[in-house]
Amino acid sequence: MPAPIRLRELIRTIRTARTQAEEREMIQKECAAIRSSFREEDNTYRCRNVAKLLYMHMLGYPAHFGQLECLKLIASQKFTDKRIGYLGAMLLLDERQDVHLLMTNCIKNDLNHSTQYVQGLALCTLGCMGSSEMCRDLAGEVEKLLKTSNSYLRKKAALCAVHVIRKVPELMEMFLPATKNLLSEKNHGVLHTSVVLLTEMCERSPDMLAHFRKLVPQLVRILKNLIMSGYSPEHDVSGISDPFLQVRILRLLRILGKGDDDSSEAMNDILAQVATNTETSKNVGNAILYETVLTIMDIKSESGLRVLAINILGRFLLNNDKNIRYVALTSLLKTVQTDHNAVQRHRSTIVDCLKDLDVSIKRRAMELSFALVNGNNIRGMMKELLYFLDSCDPEFKADCASGVFLAAEKYAPSKRWHIDTIMRVLTTAGSYVRDDSVPNLIQLITNSVEMHAYTVQRLYKALLDDISQQPLVQVASWCIGEYGDLLVSGQCEEEEPIQVTEDEVLDVLEGLLVSNLSTPVTRGYALTAIMKLSTRFTSVNRIKKVVSIYGSSIDVELQQRAVEYNALFKKYDHMRPALLERMPIMEKTASNGPTEIVQTNGETEPSVVEAKHPPPVTQPTNQANDLLDLLGGNDVVPVIQNTVSTKPASAGGELLDLLGDLSLSGGTSPAPAPSVPTSQPSFFLDGLTSQPLFNDIAAAGIPPMTAYNKNGLKIDFTFERANPNPNIAVITIHASNSTEADMTDFVFQAAVPKTFQLQLLSPSSNVVPALNQGTVTQVIRVLNPQKQQLRMRIKLTYTHKGSAVQDLAEVNNFPPQSWQ
Amino acid sequence: MRFMLLFSRQGKLRLQKWYTATAERDKKKMVRELMQIVLARKPKMCSFLEWRDLKIVYKRYASLYFCCAIEEQDNELITLEVIHRFVELLDKYFGSVCELDIIFNFEKAYFILDEFLMGGEIQDTSKKSVLKAIEQADLLQEEDESPRSVLEEMGLA
Repeated sequence: MPAPIRLRELIRTIRTARTQAEEREMIQKECAAIRSSFREEDNTYRCRNVAKLLYMHMLGYPAHFGQLECLKLIASQKFTDKRIGYLGAMLLLDERQDVHLLMTNCIKNDLNHSTQYVQGLALCTLGCMGSSEMCRDLAGEVEKLLKTSNSYLRKKAALCAVHVIRKVPELMEMFLPATKNLLSEKNHGVLHTSVVLLTEMCERSPDMLAHFRKLVPQLVRILKNLIMSGYSPEHDVSGISDPFLQVRILRLLRILGKGDDDSSEAMNDILAQVATNTETSKNVGNAILYETVLTIMDIKSESGLRVLAINILGRFLLNNDKNIRYVALTSLLKTVQTDHNAVQRHRSTIVDCLKDLDVSIKRRAMELSFALVNGNNIRGMMKELLYFLDSCDPEFKADCASGVFLAAEKYAPSKRWHIDTIMRVLTTAGSYVRDDSVPNLIQLITNSVEMHAYTVQRLYKALLDDISQQPLVQVASWCIGEYGDLLVSGQCEEEEPIQVTEDEVLDVLEGLLVSNLSTPVTRGYALTAIMKLSTRFTSVNRIKKVVSIYGSSIDVELQQRAVEYNALFKKYDHMRPALLERMPIMEKTASNGPTEIVQTNGETEPSVVEAKHPPPVTQPTNQANDLLDLLGGNDVVPVIQNTVSTKPASAGGELLDLLGDLSLSGGTSPAPAPSVPTSQPSFFLDGLTSQPLFNDIAAAGIPPMTAYNKNGLKIDFTFERANPNPNIAVITIHASNSTEADMTDFVFQAAVPKTFQLQLLSPSSNVVPALNQGTVTQVIRVLNPQKQQLRMRIKLTYTHKGSAVQDLAEVNNFPPQSWQ
Repeated sequence: MRFMLLFSRQGKLRLQKWYTATAERDKKKMVRELMQIVLARKPKMCSFLEWRDLKIVYKRYASLYFCCAIEEQDNELITLEVIHRFVELLDKYFGSVCELDIIFNFEKAYFILDEFLMGGEIQDTSKKSVLKAIEQADLLQEEDESPRSVLEEMGLA
């Protein structure tokens, strides 16, 4: 058997192949040779064969039959064999195959080898591809090596430990003792890898984080030495001493300083020093500055330092190097919420970046621009953003359009401006706007009553130009259907009214129906619009004809509409005017999230009941005070820490503290404190995991409950889940009166614990008729983002038989489905 | 760092180092996808891009692209320096390194990379230190190949 060809020879040969097929043939031939060589258990050439196999693997050919051979190489005594064997293991083996476990013993032996380079190979392999089982078995060996005085091994052991911790987090504890004096090393390799190890431990465990905070002064010292020390040829990069280590230390400082005043203060000086002294002419200096900025922004730094950081980012934005501009935009995006004003100062530079050639930079600049829009700069910013929308790549258009709509909605200086902006977006990027924009825009248009004529005119003109952009066409059709009368009567005030006849309008709408460009949805809009015009236009016969034609349309949706409209003409003509009346102004529903229910943190004021239309009461201010009393006064600090000693023994958590801690000023004593299960805090956590998930369909099945029943007044609660936000429970109260006298001036009030938000809509009336002749209903909306158990305290006031009655009660028997 | 790739302008893979356990076919898919994206980039564009949930840092040296995938919290600018350091190490070792050196000595390129990075992190920030270790390891390898006679080992021949 001739000796297998050498690696380089093979590579040379394969590279001469002119076609893929030729290459495949060579590979197959060589693989066959290698396979037979493996079968012969040839020790001399195993190494060479595996190396060739690795080359072929890199070209994309299967090499799994070499896995066991790698293991044999690792077990060999020769260093060359081990080197290739371990490389092969890292390239060919992975933890999904049980075969890899056979390596464990070899690695264990090699970790204790007399030659440090063999130990190094073992550590490297374990640290790169060690599975959880291997890590568990060998963690002890790694820990031992972490304590060695040999810095070559110590640095590798540190990184190997990082990998072990990533794979088996529970083993983190065992490495703690070994970290004791890692930072007192002089060797930069050990220092660097130690900082990486400490970072990994701090990121994974808050206990470790607290434990390692004491290292801050030492880290600051090391960093200071790096900056102040003179030229060190071994670690110098473009005049900066060991930038890699500097960056790692800065990152660890970030983690240690976050949320901790003392640590943050201890590092203030060094951060300022790095920020001001680092050379910025080369990328390496900027890399350090970048990390410094990230650290300053994350810890509790003083405001001067934060401004310094933002200014560094501002300078980055002007840098010629696009990489630097990119990271600046990314960082500014992260800080724009917290340091809004500081970032605003760089607005014009950011807006210029919209014109950058690089896609990533453009995207970042766009996101940042939207974040910076406010009431003051809306006109200028919108001009730039609309210009950007015109010229940007299609991948941006949808996001940009949505952003423009949101910004316009929040900050529009005038209704006309708002409509114009929407028109601009629809006409330039009309095919890219999101589907939900159409109903949003329609709702917006209905709300701008005085702009109806202007809007419908502009939309009509846009349709004449172009009917290909569906969202535009849909909005336009809807408007023409609604306001077509304004269009033909030429009532526009904002601009020169156009002269258009009813027939022309109907021509356009009919054109939409037949056009190939119109989607079925659009056709639906058009048909409905035509129908609506039957009450606004005089040419009803034409409309009747169109509608009847579509009664036999192939499109089922269109057919259904047409048939129904036909029926309207034929049998229900008397109802037609009422049905096709002008649409009322629509209430804005929570489309992009709970817009009307504001989330508050625990630290702000306690949640107060808001009655949308306060029922007539003699002293509204006292009312408000009473409500605050319901919640335990004007505490701003969350009550969680307070425990009042007069608590009933069954008190089981902060919720009860909140509701139980109060003394009522005049008025009846509260209903007896309900017995609360003492395992309260854990109950709902268990509930979250063990209960099946409830969705809107299930919500319909929430059983009603009686919340209060006393002195003839009964209050029932019925439930439904609000769409689209499943955190909002909508409760309707039904108050009925079984006594023989009416209850007048009836007022229902409610309070909920801090973690909830409550909204009370206006009641149906404030008289609860006697003898159950009717009920007063009122809607309560409760936002429950933390899915905690719903509890409520209610206060009822009414006049009965001439005397004022007031009562307080706690409602705790909410069915679990109402708050889970 | 999650992984590092080296590939030519023609889309030929020259080196791949994965620091997380990934299935073979996923690796192939990712490599193909990334190569396509990076090779399509114009020269004026910046060296960073977002891909899936990772950040990609790439730099072209002559005919080779060095491409690293880093995580959200990693520093892109320093990663460029890491890439540059690796190229410097290769350059020092091979003496004015070119793509052919890496093609024909890919296993040596891996050895250098494995001496420089472990688990995606730098082992030693000193160029000298890394090169010395490689040198010593190479010597060990040579000793394997030409074993010394007993007399030689005793220093008597």
